[in-house]
Amino acid sequence: MTRETILNTFLFLLLPATALAAFALDEPFIITLATKAAILALAGVGLNIALGLGGLVSFGHAAFFGLGGYAMGILAAHAQSYTPLMESPFLIEGTKSMPVIWLVALVVSALAALLIGALSLRTSGVYFIMVTLAFGQMLFYFAISWPAYGGEDGLSIYVRNGFPGLNTLDPLTFFGIAFVILAAVLFFAGRLARAPFGLALSAARQNAERVESVGLAPFRLRLVAFVISGAVTGLAGALFADLNRFVSPTMFSWQTSGEIMVFVILGGVGRLFGPVAGAALFILLEHVLGGLSEFWHIYLGLLLLLVVLFARGGMIGLIAGREVAHD
Amino acid sequence: MSLLELKGITASYGPTQALFGVDLALEQGEVCALMGRNGMGKSSTIKVICRMLKHDGGSLHFDGRDIAALPSFRAAQAGLGLVPEGRRCFAPLTVHENLIAAARPGDWDEARVVDLFPRLGERRDQAAGSLSGGEQQMLAIGRALMTNPKLLLLDEATEGLAPVVRQEIWAAVAQLKRDSGLALLVVDKSLAELRRIADHAVILERGRSVWSGPMPALNAPVADKFLGV
Repeated sequence: MTRETILNTFLFLLLPATALAAFALDEPFIITLATKAAILALAGVGLNIALGLGGLVSFGHAAFFGLGGYAMGILAAHAQSYTPLMESPFLIEGTKSMPVIWLVALVVSALAALLIGALSLRTSGVYFIMVTLAFGQMLFYFAISWPAYGGEDGLSIYVRNGFPGLNTLDPLTFFGIAFVILAAVLFFAGRLARAPFGLALSAARQNAERVESVGLAPFRLRLVAFVISGAVTGLAGALFADLNRFVSPTMFSWQTSGEIMVFVILGGVGRLFGPVAGAALFILLEHVLGGLSEFWHIYLGLLLLLVVLFARGGMIGLIAGREVAHD
Repeated sequence: MSLLELKGITASYGPTQALFGVDLALEQGEVCALMGRNGMGKSSTIKVICRMLKHDGGSLHFDGRDIAALPSFRAAQAGLGLVPEGRRCFAPLTVHENLIAAARPGDWDEARVVDLFPRLGERRDQAAGSLSGGEQQMLAIGRALMTNPKLLLLDEATEGLAPVVRQEIWAAVAQLKRDSGLALLVVDKSLAELRRIADHAVILERGRSVWSGPMPALNAPVADKFLGV
């Protein structure tokens, strides 16, 4: 067992251990923090598929996070007001069912990622960053100017959505839902990285021409990765909106894109559990330093600087060392 | 129609013309040696065949179809397996991962590649970047075979290797010719080895094919004229 595997196991158990300890101590706020960390880690795992495996520095993943959030918000708002989403050409009603909302969030985010990816992946480097950022900002301003769904004020959902057989209002239960989804996506992302698709994507990141010479199309590999990445981040957005029972255009903002990227960089780009470590640290810093100063981001910036300068593999790399050839 | 047929191929790198008329034909199961001094257009010809360099004149057919308009990954999918000059394995990936990353269904699988190069089996979980030059070359050939090509193009496959490793590579190439029925287009400087393995040869001089014929016909005067230093 490598040091990284031990560290990953520790990180994997850290979140449920925190939630269970908080439950035992009757600290529901800490459970909510653990839930938030799990959901943000999920968004980071999504970005890490594009960034870590594919080398795609997307600065617009808030677009998918926001779309997932608004998918939840719009469906739940219509369900709570008993008004249909659409009446013609066919009737679409709102829903308070989490599985349905997740499915919609996944599909909407994946379709958006397909469109954004198909256009942005024709560029590379700084242009790719700018194009993805532009798409995120377009959706941000669209959400602001959409009064039907709250415009700048956002959209509140009075009661958390439901999951068959579970009391989702219970913080520990909702944490369990978020954690199981995170675990499932981590399992999927781990398998994806070792599958021929993930290996080819990783090879395309190293040298696209070489990959073409063995019959693989880098554009398609990257597009598929971008779509998977966007869908996972969209799912995280739906869960995040359910956690807060609120969606707002902030979910689309470039600051949100930056924060998701910070989780990945802090934890370790391309490391499976990097986003988990990064999101957990981010929440911890927000909670601890945020209590000391509202300008706590200054310390976060300093930490990010140190990681980028002295720990290229992020926290995982710092503790577990360089990535070894797969064992 | 031949498996591979180049007629009057011309190609340029920007304003610099590299190929001035290359003719080459290769049948199924045949081994062709593409020869010439340094800078005569051998690697450029390989690049044109694999669609990594666009030609601006002449015709290019592979397996009965015009592949001139295909991007390089489509050409590879059509059955062109390239072992590039300088090996160019995916360094951070393991041997196993290099082999399966681009694998396509067919007769060649990892077990068969390991049969051909047992050393790859011993190094299965080692990063490609940590292999010796010879092992990387074996991996590059194995990776190309895993795409189940109809034609394998070996561009300077023994360049820079120790003599004993070269012998291993040549033995493997001979085994490929004997057992697999694959067509091979081989670029190499070792005339002696090419004489042993190739059915016929094409010689390039300043971007033009100036001689082609069966290998036994490549006599000393021809070799001296076009290949001598």
